[in-house]
Amino acid sequence: MTDASLVVTDLQVEFSGFVAVGGVSFDAHPGEVRFLIGPNGAGKTTCIDAVTGLTRGTGSARLGDTELLGRPVHKIVRLGVGRTFQTASVFDELTVLQNLDIAAGRHRPWVSLLRARRGVDPSIEHALEETGLTGELATPAGILSHGQKQWLEIAMLLVQDAKVLLLDEPVAGMSQDERTATGERLQRIAAKRIVLVVEHDMDFMRRFATRVTVLHQGQVLSQGTVAEVQADPKVQEVYLGTAGAATTAAMAVVLEPSAATQTLKEQ
Amino acid sequence: MTKKPWISLSGIGVFAVLLLAVAPLVLSDHWLNNLGKYCCWAIAAVGIGLAWGRGGMLVMGQGVFFALGAYSMAMHLTLETAGDRVPGFMVLYDPLAPLPMFWEPFRSTGFTLLAIVLLPVVVAGALGYALFKRRVKGAYFAILTQALAVALATLISSTIRETGGDTGLSDFKYFFGFVLNDPANRLMVYLIAATLLIVCLLAVWQFYRSRFGELLVATRDAEERVRFLGYDPANVKLVAFVVSALMASIGGAMFVPIVGIITPAEIGAAASILMIAGVALGGRASLFGPALGAMAVGWGQSSLGSTWPDGWTYILGLLFVVVILFLPNGLSSLPARLMRRQRPGPVEPPAPAIAPAELEEVKS
Ligand SMILES: Nc1ncnc2c1ncn2[C@@H]1O[C@H](COP(=O)(O)OP(=O)(O)OP(=O)(O)O)[C@@H](O)[C@H]1O
Ligand SMILES: [Mg+2]
Repeated sequence: MTDASLVVTDLQVEFSGFVAVGGVSFDAHPGEVRFLIGPNGAGKTTCIDAVTGLTRGTGSARLGDTELLGRPVHKIVRLGVGRTFQTASVFDELTVLQNLDIAAGRHRPWVSLLRARRGVDPSIEHALEETGLTGELATPAGILSHGQKQWLEIAMLLVQDAKVLLLDEPVAGMSQDERTATGERLQRIAAKRIVLVVEHDMDFMRRFATRVTVLHQGQVLSQGTVAEVQADPKVQEVYLGTAGAATTAAMAVVLEPSAATQTLKEQ
Repeated sequence: MTKKPWISLSGIGVFAVLLLAVAPLVLSDHWLNNLGKYCCWAIAAVGIGLAWGRGGMLVMGQGVFFALGAYSMAMHLTLETAGDRVPGFMVLYDPLAPLPMFWEPFRSTGFTLLAIVLLPVVVAGALGYALFKRRVKGAYFAILTQALAVALATLISSTIRETGGDTGLSDFKYFFGFVLNDPANRLMVYLIAATLLIVCLLAVWQFYRSRFGELLVATRDAEERVRFLGYDPANVKLVAFVVSALMASIGGAMFVPIVGIITPAEIGAAASILMIAGVALGGRASLFGPALGAMAVGWGQSSLGSTWPDGWTYILGLLFVVVILFLPNGLSSLPARLMRRQRPGPVEPPAPAIAPAELEEVKS
């Protein structure tokens, strides 16, 4: 679909004096499931916010040859950068089909807005299959299960034909089976698109990540394959030394399965 | 979802027959004229339903756009009545007063009609662009529009020589060449207003079933999310706001020949709020709710309001509170509610599906 890569260089975001992201660089290419991890408040969401124009950042975020920073949100979207939110946000009052139809709309001419919808776009059908929502076509999005809402969000990115998918904690609140299904779907999607996942679930990361960037207090702590990151003493220190208990336990699973059981028993 | 539009369309058909065929046959001239007045408010209300009910913009100052249409029309009718002379109220204080510059073009029929359509579009377009691009919304938007209505009413009140001030413009003899005293012509004016109401209903019917209608609801519920789908929500809201302003202007324009007088009281804060009240009572997001609500409030005002003015205000206030508390979607949601209560079984397939989502929220 695209061979352009997302390259973020020296990204900085400040909130009235507080540096939330202080010079972060990473890149993501089509064909890999890229992970961005880090303890709470590390600046992961803020990175995505800056790349998508929601908050102002300095530095550079390029998609291919195009600079993204400084453009308004909807223009960045039209360049092919799509995102989901930490709390699933779909249009509750509209059906799954209507949600997807709106997402597909940016490729349509303005006048088509004034007509009623007839039939289902092939791109929508394809996205429904891809995310397992075919049976929910007429369901109001507000009554979907939590996991289904997150899939609907991903389906919306697919019909939008986003080249870059920035997913903020896509498996939060999902069951183990749903996580596995999501991971496999993301791998399929990533074959043709850039997929960047922000996640807390370390088990999920270990199973599906190709490359990982670890953020800590707005800085890149470590970068590399899952194995490389796990072996990095700095990462071990952050996750085992200072961060909150829940994250510690989760990260421990990645680092050393036996240690995790240990931690859990102690609790 | 697939069948419902056609039910609505036949509903508009029935409404059209009632207004255009039945009402002229059964109503006295006096009540037909009153019905014409309610139609004018209903036209404005249909627009409010679009902007507020579907678009989430609490337009508290529709009186401004109502005034643009009403005063354009009133100036033309005043000039038509005065003929070659300067309108009577202007020479009251100064017999040699010239006609103010901005009145001159309203001698022309074409200019007047164009002004009724274009003035609200230009004003609402500029205002909406400035507000929506700056992301002014919610209470700020409501207060701002309301303030504009107050400002315009005050401006008109204070410019008695140019606009007639608080006494307003009245005593129109002709309506584009037709003698307004003639019952046949009055019937024609009524029919024009009723037809325009039907046209406005058809317009929003098409809006609501179109993709734009879905996008508007999406923008109302999650503006930020719409932005992340590549749309500029400001543009979506702007279209709905401009259309609603246009409808208010059309309602105002027809109000003038039907009622025979326009004063700042008809366009100020209280009048603007009354327009909103009708829409809320009827059901702001439904197709018929705004129009029927506005007509009901209008009817209450001319029947109860004239015999028992104090009581009417209390009744309206009480009704408003009761509806907001027990029927937040307005009176038009009542039939569906009653139906659901009578047949609890088959109507609620979504119920089981709601449970997991709710559980999810309770858990987290
Ligand atoms: N709008 C804002 N104003 C001020 N500070 C903010 C704002 N948004 C985020 N922050 C701060 O920036 C830091 C990074 O927040 P961010 O949401 O990016 O973290 P995160 O890595 O996504 O964390 P989590 O895992 O909890 O989602 C936090 O300390 C947060 O308090
Ligand atoms: Mg976050």
